Amino acid sequence: MDIALQQVVNAISLGGIYALLALGLAVVFSIVGLINFAHGEVMTLAGYGVLFSIGLAMPLPAIVLFALVVAVVSSLAMERIAFRPLRGADVTTLLITSFAVSEILKVLLQNGISARPQAISLPPWLSSTIELGPVVIGMTPLLSIVVVAVSLAALVLFLTRTVPGIAMRAAAEDFSMVRAVGLSANRVVATAFVVAGLLAGIAGVLWVAQRGSVDPLMGFVPVLKAFIAVVIGGLGSLGGAVLGGFLLGAIEIALQATLPDALAPFREAFVLSAVIALLLVRPDGLLPAPVARRS
Amino acid sequence: MLEVKGLRVRYGAIEAVKGIDFSLRRGRVLALLGSNGAGKTTTISALMGLVRVAGGTILHEGGPIHALAPEAIAMRGIALSPEGRRIFATLTVEENLTLGGAAHATPVERDRSRDEQYARFPILGERRRQKAGLLSGGEQQMLAIGRALMSAPRLLLLDEPSLGLAPKLIAAIFALIADLKRDGLTVLLVEQNVAQSLAVADDAVVLASGRVAAAGPAAELARSDAVRAAYFAG
Repeated sequence: MDIALQQVVNAISLGGIYALLALGLAVVFSIVGLINFAHGEVMTLAGYGVLFSIGLAMPLPAIVLFALVVAVVSSLAMERIAFRPLRGADVTTLLITSFAVSEILKVLLQNGISARPQAISLPPWLSSTIELGPVVIGMTPLLSIVVVAVSLAALVLFLTRTVPGIAMRAAAEDFSMVRAVGLSANRVVATAFVVAGLLAGIAGVLWVAQRGSVDPLMGFVPVLKAFIAVVIGGLGSLGGAVLGGFLLGAIEIALQATLPDALAPFREAFVLSAVIALLLVRPDGLLPAPVARRS
Repeated sequence: MLEVKGLRVRYGAIEAVKGIDFSLRRGRVLALLGSNGAGKTTTISALMGLVRVAGGTILHEGGPIHALAPEAIAMRGIALSPEGRRIFATLTVEENLTLGGAAHATPVERDRSRDEQYARFPILGERRRQKAGLLSGGEQQMLAIGRALMSAPRLLLLDEPSLGLAPKLIAAIFALIADLKRDGLTVLLVEQNVAQSLAVADDAVVLASGRVAAAGPAAELARSDAVRAAYFAG
């Protein structure tokens, strides 16, 4: 019973990180039609932001804030430098560009800092546990769940209560009509990259807090998972991205907990088989986005 | 107010608009008529900056707008209620209206302007929390016009507002255009519905195959054969 509950906590906290990353991918895709594979590097840069600010002995809130600022600025810079000049280019061009951005950043981090993981010394209370009756729950996964819940709630408020948020939802439907009512295309796209960057930054801080180290390739696997989550949920659908993220987290933890040791190395193969099976039944994902009018 | 000279628009190798001229004076309603494929919607899209202008000039209030982005044109007091309405279906009625005024007014002015639209279209007020995609065709058309009016435009571009509506609703749309004209709004109306358009318009331009086939005061065109000829010439 207590172990099962701990696994549920692990599943939600892992799924939550996938959900945040998947949302960032979905927000950008729904507006620009770009699947940004360099999204993982935004997360990695947030991790290095944590490393750098810990080196300066900043207090914890300042460390988190600094990492998030690094993530948002790098996401915005990617848009401004790499993607804006290609606005309106076809999906393949954008996709290849995002791979290039991703590779360049990885190489810069490998050569500029180190290819090896850098340990991050976290405050000891983060690795403590909480006992709820017979159940022992790690502080980090618990904190992750709270942070993800607050982030999702804040995103919903942003998308429904603010003009930039409403404009982003409208742009996912009909971008040129958003421009025709007088809203700047550049500003709407930049907002999407800020939101995606912020979510990747939060995911990066949580990821680093769970692993205690950063390395240049850190963002690759989670963003690949997030991409799978986006596809499971329905490409471009924000609700689908969240659902896909949590579902993927749950499947991974369930397999990790139940697979016999001999099969454990093949966990990813089982996960991906489950994804294929799901897409055979629902090719558009669980919660497909309404068909967007593309101009 | 609006002066179009030698306007050309190309889609790839096909020239949809082949050099047209017309002008529209402040406070007047101009009907842009013609059969399917005559170039009406292309012309109105060019005015809003939604298609690239291949040649000619468009002057609005004395300034050239033919090379501007749609958002810049909207900021110069032009609003579009497009063909097919293009309301934001997944947004609520209220959110659609909010976006219409978002770039043009302070939040307080925007709320006031939204109340004006609800007064003008009471059904939109009743359905303000509903997803716009769930509205009927007539209601969606009202929302598209309301969204355009949210920016308090000086020139309103109305593309096929009566398309696909029941006769009663068509009458309501034309009554609305007459109201807007009485309020002093300048309107460019693209329509298939010739008789009613000529009744509400001051002037009319008839397009055929991307060229101006006839132009003049609406009352005169209503009596002439030029309009009918343009429609049957295809």
